[in-house]
Amino acid sequence: MKNSIGREIPDFIKGLGKVTNYGGAFAYQPVGRTAGPFLSTCLPRRDKQLASIEVAIDAVGLKDGMTISFHHHFRNGDKILNRVVEAIAKKGIRDITLSPSSLNTVNDALIPYIEQGVITAIETSGARGKMGRFLTEGHLKKPLHIRSHGGRAAAIESGAIHIDVAFLGAPACDTYGNINGVQGLSACGSLGYAIQDAAYADQVVAITDNLLPHPLFPISIPQTQVDYIVVVDSIGDPKGIASGALRYTKDPKELLIANYAADVMDYSGYLRQDFSMQLGSGGASMAVGRFIKTKMMERGITGSFGVGGMTGVFAEMMEEGLFKMMFDVQSFDIPAIDSIKKNSNHLEMSASYYANPHNSGAIVNNLDAVILSATEVDVDFNVNVITDSNGVIMGASGGHCDTAAGAKLTIVVAPLLRGRLPMVKDAVQTVVTPGETVDAIVTERGIAINPKRLDLIDNLKNSGLPIMSIHELRDIAYGLCGKPEPIEVSDEIVGVVEYRDGTIIDVIRRPIS
Amino acid sequence: MDKLRRSMMFIPGNNPGMLQNAGLYGADTIILDCEDAVAITEKDSARNLVFEAISGMNYGTEVAVRINHISTPFGWDDLKRLLPAKPDLIRLPMCQGPDEIRQIDDFISEAEHKNNFTPGSIKMMAAVETPKGLRLAYEIASASPRMVAMAIGAEDFTANLKTTRSKLGRELFVARGQLVLAAREAGVQCIDTVFSNINDEEGLRAELELVKEMGFDGKSVVNPRQVTVVHDVFAPTNKEIDYAENVLAAYQDALEKKSGVISLNGKMIDLPIVARAERVLAYAKATATKGGKK
Repeated sequence: MKNSIGREIPDFIKGLGKVTNYGGAFAYQPVGRTAGPFLSTCLPRRDKQLASIEVAIDAVGLKDGMTISFHHHFRNGDKILNRVVEAIAKKGIRDITLSPSSLNTVNDALIPYIEQGVITAIETSGARGKMGRFLTEGHLKKPLHIRSHGGRAAAIESGAIHIDVAFLGAPACDTYGNINGVQGLSACGSLGYAIQDAAYADQVVAITDNLLPHPLFPISIPQTQVDYIVVVDSIGDPKGIASGALRYTKDPKELLIANYAADVMDYSGYLRQDFSMQLGSGGASMAVGRFIKTKMMERGITGSFGVGGMTGVFAEMMEEGLFKMMFDVQSFDIPAIDSIKKNSNHLEMSASYYANPHNSGAIVNNLDAVILSATEVDVDFNVNVITDSNGVIMGASGGHCDTAAGAKLTIVVAPLLRGRLPMVKDAVQTVVTPGETVDAIVTERGIAINPKRLDLIDNLKNSGLPIMSIHELRDIAYGLCGKPEPIEVSDEIVGVVEYRDGTIIDVIRRPIS
Repeated sequence: MDKLRRSMMFIPGNNPGMLQNAGLYGADTIILDCEDAVAITEKDSARNLVFEAISGMNYGTEVAVRINHISTPFGWDDLKRLLPAKPDLIRLPMCQGPDEIRQIDDFISEAEHKNNFTPGSIKMMAAVETPKGLRLAYEIASASPRMVAMAIGAEDFTANLKTTRSKLGRELFVARGQLVLAAREAGVQCIDTVFSNINDEEGLRAELELVKEMGFDGKSVVNPRQVTVVHDVFAPTNKEIDYAENVLAAYQDALEKKSGVISLNGKMIDLPIVARAERVLAYAKATATKGGKK
């Protein structure tokens, strides 16, 4: 059956069951109550500390078929996820559903455990590298289940994801289980995704290389949610966790795109006193910040708050008084980590606070503008950030569709051409963010405004910017590098892309190569 | 108003990605380079790529080709291959005298005839990079009606002077001055050398202020990020525009009153000042600066 954006989705998908089809960005009404962990008790003077990860696996009673979760704040420096799965495999436990907030290339090491049947299902934001290619070939019992950060938070709260055990890497943990992400060698800043898992998992194991006396300060995840503590030598490699400082790109094409995007924001009317904004961490989207900053200073305006995926350059704007507050679900570089540690107006937030569509209002709903990147876009303004030009999984959904839905102005920045490939096409391979939530596509050769946004079209008509229709943009791309052949795919569904509301917006079929 | 050539941006002729994007950055002229940016082993492929780029891309701006010098084994081959694609402008490096210009002019005339191009439609410019070239700069600049500009290539020039480049540019002061004189006498534009430290915006700005003051029309650039800085400095300031407007108003007023002496705020205005004011306003219009620099 075709869903509301014309994607052919089967009514029933093996391993997933009956499909609720996407019917529009705000069409689905959730019902029921939030799920929660078991009631538990911890008697006074009980010692939560266990000798090893192996002992913890026994203590939580991990069994075949259970779901375990991890957070991805350590990015490519993560030493927890691979280590825990290795220990589970050694115990002969099988048929595990892995539910990390995202996967990084460091997790390519999990491939053998999928082949051995230790892991048979994965629910996450996306995958890259060898793991992405491997998952595109199938191999799991269920299709890879891709959720946005907000969608994952909603699924955890509704019980669609039931986490039996959350294994949380803790940069700082006290002897009774209070955790923060800002102290220690493996400091990663915000623990936004872990906060979500800790609150809803049946059992929580904190794994730390920095055990501190009780009580810890500040506390991000409270002792009331942490059942066990394991101390190990190292939970992460600082070099992989965060880069020194993400710098503005020097690539002239990205700078040109960024400059255009800032101008679009300027003329849109949303760049005004007390506006709010989210920037992606990609080259062009981050560089927009630089141009926005100049405009803010020229016009003498200040913003209300920023949202991230936080980088140092954004945090710096707050320190310079250009924004009042920052809401941070994930800190991308060392200056951002330092900032959340020292600035009381740099707030840590949970994934639910960030982007969950099924609570009483996530912060994305308050956003004036968001700048997002894209792998490819199509003439319906749909955006793909998950599969590459061969149909192979190589990216992550992240907060893309959440912020696009929430913000009043969603600007997608992307090069019109990557090498010899057009990035504006008739139809994207995989839809992650529906075009109805995207307002402008900004490329180095032209800017297209969603025809639904008559107000924006009007505001931008005398801007002098290269505004054109999305079809003209596609024609320029096709004119320069030709229309790409469609990717041949089999009927086998290797991945499903869930929209933030839990409906299926698209599926990933195995390419025939 | 002459065609603006504030920024003439070099693009390596053997880099498809850069060729593809060359037209995006607003440079007044893009120079597709077959010479220094291209290794000897890459000369053929660069020539072919540049041919395809000129024929296939719609750059929407003036497209020049820097050919190899005609005394090298590549110069004439560059012209033979590339003229049928009809570049707007041929830039000759390391020019040593007017004969070279005349030889190339003849060759271009033949190609224009063969390809049914309007005679004289392909323009030329030359860069002097030696003391001899500089001594003959006027002769070079006036050797052909195709000539539209002269440029100076500072790296080779300073090497030939047995000195080095410096931040203040004193080593180039005489040469720059002499080139401006020759170009103005011949009625062609005068383009300054590249500023190669692409991360030093302040240094670029200082050098631009200097060459603008000396009378240069533009600058060769090596990175798109330099284009906006160049345009910014070459744009007339609001103060210059206001003054020019006042001068012209006073001039008009004097004409209407048939008054022999024109004065503005107590200062006498003579015809060169009027001419300069007209040039500033024409330039401001051409650069569409929306009121000039802030």
